[in-house]
Amino acid sequence: MSEPLNKPLSPAVSKARRKPIRFPWLLAYAVGYLIFLYLPVLLLPLFSFNDGTIVAFPMKGFTLKWYAQLGEQDTLLQAMINSLTVGAVTALVATSLGLFAARAYVRYRFKGRELSEGLVMLPLVIPGIIVASSMLVLFISLGLKPSLTTVILGHVFVALPFAVSIMKSAFDDFDQSLEEAAFDLGESVIGTFRRVTLPIVAPGIVASLLVTFTVSFDEFVLAFFLSGNQPTLPVYIWSQIRFPAKLPNTLALGSLLLLASVQLLLTAEYFRRRSTKSASKSA
Amino acid sequence: MAGLLRTEAGKGLALSAPASLYVGLLVAAPLGILVAYSFWTQTYVEIDKTLTWANYLEAATDPLVRHLMLRSILIAGAVTAATVALAYPIAYFIAFRTQKKTLWLLLITIPFWSSYLLRVFSWKLILGFNGVLNSALISLGLIDEPLTFLLYNEFAVVLTLAHAWAPFAILPIYVSLQKIDRSLLEAATDLGCSKLERFVRVTLPLTVPGIIAASLIIFIPTVGDYVTPSLVGGSQGKMIANLIQVQFGPANNWPLGATLSLVAMASVGFAAILFAVLATALGRRIR
Repeated sequence: MSEPLNKPLSPAVSKARRKPIRFPWLLAYAVGYLIFLYLPVLLLPLFSFNDGTIVAFPMKGFTLKWYAQLGEQDTLLQAMINSLTVGAVTALVATSLGLFAARAYVRYRFKGRELSEGLVMLPLVIPGIIVASSMLVLFISLGLKPSLTTVILGHVFVALPFAVSIMKSAFDDFDQSLEEAAFDLGESVIGTFRRVTLPIVAPGIVASLLVTFTVSFDEFVLAFFLSGNQPTLPVYIWSQIRFPAKLPNTLALGSLLLLASVQLLLTAEYFRRRSTKSASKSA
Repeated sequence: MAGLLRTEAGKGLALSAPASLYVGLLVAAPLGILVAYSFWTQTYVEIDKTLTWANYLEAATDPLVRHLMLRSILIAGAVTAATVALAYPIAYFIAFRTQKKTLWLLLITIPFWSSYLLRVFSWKLILGFNGVLNSALISLGLIDEPLTFLLYNEFAVVLTLAHAWAPFAILPIYVSLQKIDRSLLEAATDLGCSKLERFVRVTLPLTVPGIIAASLIIFIPTVGDYVTPSLVGGSQGKMIANLIQVQFGPANNWPLGATLSLVAMASVGFAAILFAVLATALGRRIR
């Protein structure tokens, strides 16, 4: 049914239809749109090397001093340590939860599966301010002071949908008969998981760890509400944005963070692709 | 229990339980406490736990609340419309006009792997009175005076958010375009449709699910956005999230803040459902 009737003809026909030389409006639009997308992201690094405190053209000379000054700021370093801690713990917890849930969704048919799948995606669509304010109220009511712990609890919540969807695609193409073979050859449930399942989905796990780490590392609103007097890097940056004199340092710090995020996520993407590739190869 | 764990259903439930319990608890518990708080009142430092409708009454009668709520929904609507309209041609381009689909999709998503806060901050620097755009235009001799309509208004908020949400619009629309059976398009042409007619009567209606998905993904979080209105909105561009933050922060009136959060959530839900119903009906209508 879905095969076109005139299949042998169609490529030639559509090529002929596209042939007349005319300005490729869509391509031009696409390129313009890319410039729009990249403008703000490339601007921070560009001006972080500018030898002046005002972000405007014409640019002054080239300098690295804004980067050099970053190392001298103790509060910044502390915020960096806070962010790394929160990110690492968030990544571990969210990925573990996501690993088991994704495994259940892909492998088993059970009552409430769809409900559960919908539920874990919910954090993606609740406005951040509502998550942040309601968690603050909850934690205070439970006697939990705002701290890195509460930030981690919040970040696991927002990172979980990412972990689940990455792990789901890692399990998706996973060939079940490999596990059955391991069972038949006498491996225990845990042994099979450790020696067969885990190695095959390992690239997916790495991807999930990296992505959830980055989600946490870049998250601002929750950390703003829940961090108390232990600021994470985005909260620190927020406090610096108000001071024009600090602007060049903020640009330098921002550029480093941009670079780190993009680097981490490109690595994650690499592992994610490898996971689908290895899974389909084994299938 | 051990017997249950050996069944398919038991294993599935047990494995998915930690994740769904975690999310379920962190949705239900805060919500419950938020509801409780919304019926209490703040008396200087103490919370008066007598149940009262006072906060809801204040939320309903205070013109500032109504104004900010309405503006948040209107701005979110404008952001959604602008983002989807700007994204559609790109999705179309990737689905139909290029062989290098993966490359284009990658190019489009890379900027969004960076911190949202920093991207918004960057727009503030671009649009400012002495900012990048104005200084560039002056250096080029295109204008003499800095343009003042760029920053600290609704325009800046819509532009910044249309940028921030771009991939969330492009990807769902791309997926729904990609799913279209190409022979349908050929059939439309063979039956004498012009290109425009074919787009309006075949392609567009088939992508309505993608457009709805994109719109909801963008609209819902945008209503409650805090960072963008704070950084580029100025006083004209403030939204409901700013007021909620004030109640939990400087004003220290948590009961009112809780009420505003709940009212915002209800309004978002209502607007989203209304939109989905209208869009679905409209999608059927065109066909």
